[in-house]
Amino acid sequence: MKRILIIGATSAIASACARRWAQPGTRFYLVARSRDKLATIARDLEIRGASVSQDCLDLDRLDTHRGLLDRCLATLGPPDLTLVAHGTLPQPEESRDQAAVAAACFHTNATSTISLLTEIGGRLAQAGGGRIAVLSSVAGERGRPSNYPYGASKAAVTAFCEGQRAWLFRRGVAILVVKPGFVDTPMTAGMEIPAALSTTPERVAADIDRALGREHDTLYTPWFWSPIMRVIRLLPTFLFKRMDL
Amino acid sequence: MTKRGFASWGRYPHSEQSGLPLHWRSDIASQLKGSGQLAWGNGRSYGDVCQASSGRVMPMRALNRLIDADWETGVLRSEAGATLEEILAVAIPKGWFLPVLPGTQQVTLGGAVANDVHGKNHHRRGTFGSHVVSLELYRTDRGLLNCSRINSAELFNATIGGLGLTGIIGSVEVQLQPLQSSNIDSRCFRFQSLAEFLSLCEQYDTKSEYSVAWLDCTAKDARGVFSCGNHADDGAAEVAVKGRLKVPFAPPLSPINRPSVALINRFLYRWQGRKPRLRQGYRDFLCPLDGIAHWNRAYGRAGFQQYQCVIPRPEAEAALEEILARVRQARQGSFMSVLKVCGKARSPGLLSFPLPGISLALDFPQRPALNPLFRDLDAIVSSSGGRLYPAKDAHMSAEHFQQGYPRWAELESLRDPALLSRFWQRVTDAAGCVR
Repeated sequence: MKRILIIGATSAIASACARRWAQPGTRFYLVARSRDKLATIARDLEIRGASVSQDCLDLDRLDTHRGLLDRCLATLGPPDLTLVAHGTLPQPEESRDQAAVAAACFHTNATSTISLLTEIGGRLAQAGGGRIAVLSSVAGERGRPSNYPYGASKAAVTAFCEGQRAWLFRRGVAILVVKPGFVDTPMTAGMEIPAALSTTPERVAADIDRALGREHDTLYTPWFWSPIMRVIRLLPTFLFKRMDL
Repeated sequence: MTKRGFASWGRYPHSEQSGLPLHWRSDIASQLKGSGQLAWGNGRSYGDVCQASSGRVMPMRALNRLIDADWETGVLRSEAGATLEEILAVAIPKGWFLPVLPGTQQVTLGGAVANDVHGKNHHRRGTFGSHVVSLELYRTDRGLLNCSRINSAELFNATIGGLGLTGIIGSVEVQLQPLQSSNIDSRCFRFQSLAEFLSLCEQYDTKSEYSVAWLDCTAKDARGVFSCGNHADDGAAEVAVKGRLKVPFAPPLSPINRPSVALINRFLYRWQGRKPRLRQGYRDFLCPLDGIAHWNRAYGRAGFQQYQCVIPRPEAEAALEEILARVRQARQGSFMSVLKVCGKARSPGLLSFPLPGISLALDFPQRPALNPLFRDLDAIVSSSGGRLYPAKDAHMSAEHFQQGYPRWAELESLRDPALLSRFWQRVTDAAGCVR
């Protein structure tokens, strides 16, 4: 892996991935909202031998996406690997009761990701190849009462990627959809998570690395979410609506 | 937020601890509020020195980014939550090594400073804190400070071995040491008595960067294996690969008991001394237990206590004989028994553990029978002018602590009002100090 574009580079999972990929010869193009945090991440990767370009951007503004890709391609050339990792997880009560919060969550997680992936997919198809990893979530498999606005936004990303993957397949571009379970990150701070079900960003990053190497289409991380979600998908609705998941 | 991972290494004493991980140094200020908090590194200290008195810890492991590195001079600055293993992974390929590596690479930089850890080269390099160039410290009363031997020197010194009480350590700048090869040429010798151990130290410590001895404390005499080593002159500088062994869970009852320890010790005595000369990777020589992840679980759910004391040189031999006799008499076996001669180097810290003398560490499965044994051992240590290691301790009395560490009151006066550990509460209580 030589040229790597990371969207949402200061997220815990993205920075764990970046650290795995950082070595002399790796060129990063990092995009994030907070200038200070981005600089902290970039400096760490540089000391590890990588060269890093930083682009400070609010990805909620869809009109910035085209310019972002222009700058990235001018600096880096077409990336070999793109990781789309930005996102937000609102408080369940807030997103349930406040329309603005629910819509903003969908805008950040789904609309802006779809807009970015459309730009990225087009450029990579033009360049003739590349690989994209997108962070979705197990929450996107079914709308659960505990956080369905978030789940809906991730479901949109998963469905979009499924279609775009098929479209890009013949153009040499591969998409990996990553579906993590509970991960110890700032995003989940304050949530009560059973210890046995939660994992670390480093472990998720290792799984992403392996799935990219094996050219998988979908990754459940940790692995046990795959059988769990299979069961949850099979639950009939008359039962599901009575459950408190 | 998950509740796992906030048990100290000895899993004793038990205390409910929880906290939200810190992800950015800029968040320290907003998370450090109220009182009775404490930074939590990688949970490698054994007793209650890492437990917050309020039960609210600040997990620091996510603060593990490198901030600056000068590969010409070997000065590296990193956030305090990075483990020594993570630092070595970057430094070794550049031809640098940590000047002091304790018995495990799994401690964080912040933890290494707060406990002023030492390694098998204490007789040459002193403690970890002696190699720290500067520290970034956050205090509730003074905000963000950059401390060094010149700036805020008083706080700099107090933070080294300050048990994490002088403020939250955000980053650490450390002077590395040039490295030719990551391998160590080691030699080992069996000995049958403490006198023999001391003469081996005298003979080889001056010629060796590293020296340590393993002791079979179940045997009739103080027999053991002394090993010493130097970095090889040739060969590659390679980062050690992670071990694959691990103890998967803590069994309800400890498989470590008197007969099994005697058996294991007999094997270790034979096995360790089998090759008088050996070229080993640095991890196998310096941190052999890092090869088995979660080895503390082998002591079962009740956990274990490590008894580590240091006795000043003139009294050392007699006091250690007495300690070992008492341990044998109590029939409490320990299989990780370690002897190490500490050097004369003085640390800038106020509460650094090593003294010029001999340090002995013994691991015991936790059980009520340890109380009378430790009481007797404490009496021997204190009458010989020795002291116990706070990072390993779960039992020492306030009186014993204050006798061993007369400068404790200076640290108390520099303690951040928001920070307090269960250890500090325990060992300063008898003085009726106000908080």
